[in-house]
Amino acid sequence: MTDAIELPIAVNSDVVVVRQRVRTSAQEVGLSLVDQTKVVTAASELARNTLVYAGGGRVRIEVVNNGARGGLRLTFADEGPGIPDLELALTDGWTTGGGLGLGLSGSRRLVDEFDLESKPGEGTRVTVVKWAR
Amino acid sequence: MERVPVLKLGDILIVSIQIDLQDQGVLALQEDLADAVVESGARGVIIDITAVEIVDSFIGRMLATIASISRVLDAETIVVGMRPAVAITLVELGLSLGGVRTALNLEKGVALLEDRDNAGTVAVPK
Repeated sequence: MTDAIELPIAVNSDVVVVRQRVRTSAQEVGLSLVDQTKVVTAASELARNTLVYAGGGRVRIEVVNNGARGGLRLTFADEGPGIPDLELALTDGWTTGGGLGLGLSGSRRLVDEFDLESKPGEGTRVTVVKWAR
Repeated sequence: MERVPVLKLGDILIVSIQIDLQDQGVLALQEDLADAVVESGARGVIIDITAVEIVDSFIGRMLATIASISRVLDAETIVVGMRPAVAITLVELGLSLGGVRTALNLEKGVALLEDRDNAGTVAVPK
């Protein structure tokens, strides 16, 4: 069974909508309260990154299964300027946007799977998965 | 844009965040609080986040910034009511909220501020 929804990330209020929708899906797949909080926080960071660094994009929220275990996969995609140095972008404290530099590196710690693809000039795609325990 | 009301109780300002704030709302709260501290001459600010379901790096930075701003304006900030899941997530995210005082609930937050006010005038031997 795969359910998926796609939401735009174009304005600030969309970040709030993404948080709320991810929360609902996280409850539906049976994530614990702590894991719900972690994945919603990661979604908030990544949605804000999409808005701030790429000027907008979208997120796909999917329910996924691995045997009996359910999980949530979030894919944030944009056609922004891309990230020239992925390793640097994943370093705690590194920022080009005036933030704390915890968005990418911190989100990675909050989820079970984290994948970052980016091509300068073409865009960025961040995929994260949180599994129910 | 939704705004969070700032309440005054004696020389303490109390803010309780009850809605999922978007980033502009967070920045507006920062400014409203700085204005309110100066206008009221408050000595303490309590931010109640009992109803807040997540604290991401943006909100975390706002809390730290409010604490710094109010310190410069001679008021102490105490964040109260953080949920356990929020605390776990915040630390894993990499935010330590250094410089922000916390208390488990509003009552303890108020007590902390009162202790501080009394500390300068009376020594309390126990």
